[in-house]
Amino acid sequence: MGIPKIEINEKYCKGCSICVEFCPTQVLQMNGFVAQVVKPEACIKCMQCELRCPDFAIRVFPE
Amino acid sequence: MAFNYEKYIRPGKLPHIWCPGCGHGIVMKGLIRAIDKCALNKNRTAVISGIGCASRLPGYVDFNTVHTAHGRAAAFATGMKMADPGLTVLCVGGDGDGVAIGGNHFIHACRRNIDITYILMNNHIYGMTGGQFSPCTPTDGFASTTPYGNPDPVFDIAKLAIGAGATFVARTTAYHATQIDKLIIEGIQHKGFSVIEILDCCPTSYGRRNKYRSVVEMMKQHKELAVPVTAAAKMAPEDLAGKIITGVLHKEDKPEYCEQYSRLIEKVQEQAAAKG
Ligand SMILES: Cc1ncc(C[n+]2csc(CCOP(=O)(O)OP(=O)(O)O)c2C)c(N)n1
Ligand code: SF4
Repeated sequence: MGIPKIEINEKYCKGCSICVEFCPTQVLQMNGFVAQVVKPEACIKCMQCELRCPDFAIRVFPE
Repeated sequence: MAFNYEKYIRPGKLPHIWCPGCGHGIVMKGLIRAIDKCALNKNRTAVISGIGCASRLPGYVDFNTVHTAHGRAAAFATGMKMADPGLTVLCVGGDGDGVAIGGNHFIHACRRNIDITYILMNNHIYGMTGGQFSPCTPTDGFASTTPYGNPDPVFDIAKLAIGAGATFVARTTAYHATQIDKLIIEGIQHKGFSVIEILDCCPTSYGRRNKYRSVVEMMKQHKELAVPVTAAAKMAPEDLAGKIITGVLHKEDKPEYCEQYSRLIEKVQEQAAAKG
């Protein structure tokens, strides 16, 4: 199984940091007011970030 | 696989106007997933709201939508459902809209058991107008109009709905994102008035005044306080104080209003025909 593709739409992200805080494997980090993918290889494809992003800004493609 | 929400969003409408961290976006996603899983026809689905931040939701979604007057979603929805009972009708809105100014419409829709699914986003405050207290602001909680703490007791929306006659009543939180669509699906499939209360987060008008440092802190509290209804059944009432009981709280079969109404029409027509 390869590394999932995680897309962050910077035009939609408002920097609430919900995705960063609830990712169980710290795949994401805040970069100022925008979330950023820093460790895609640690992603377990639980989709928690995508489900809880209130801004339709994050999408996880397991492969 | 990433869920394709765009299919149900009106082109060019995102980003939405809700504040960073506002839970209304999480609820809107749950609603879209639920409608998708029910495979509803977009043109045979109506989403109706009153006024408020939560009530902005219909503007984003590509169904038949009506943004009505404050507190009047249930009244408009009742008219639409009665005129076209085959339509799937959903109401969305906040606690202020639904159980303060709209409380009367809400309880009578419950009483009639009309086949509508009402998604009530309870963020404990009037978010849009600057954080005035609502009937769902916790006692001792702070709002712009309760600067010394709220002296009022709180409405339990689920108990209110059950008492008024709703036949499907469920509760979850913005933290429990996957339960949002599950409960909305059950509500849509239930024949009768379904109320799904979603405890929501308003970091701007409520969180800020009530010492939550961030929306994440509010969501973590949802996680900690939630007790599934099956577990709650085995707990003592004193242990349940302050907890959020989640899941399907009430479900029963009772005659549905549009069906009763059409039976009445038939009966009167038969009587008229018999008279000649
Ligand atoms: C008849 C009428 N009275 C008052 C208002 C002002 N008003 C607009 S939104 C709102 C409160 C909405 O609160 P809620 O339904 O809890 O939604 P939220 O903004 O928190 O999502 C009020 C009082 C109005 N628009 N119309
Ligand atoms: S004021 Fe509150 S309810 Fe309104 S958009 Fe902002 S966070 Fe959401």
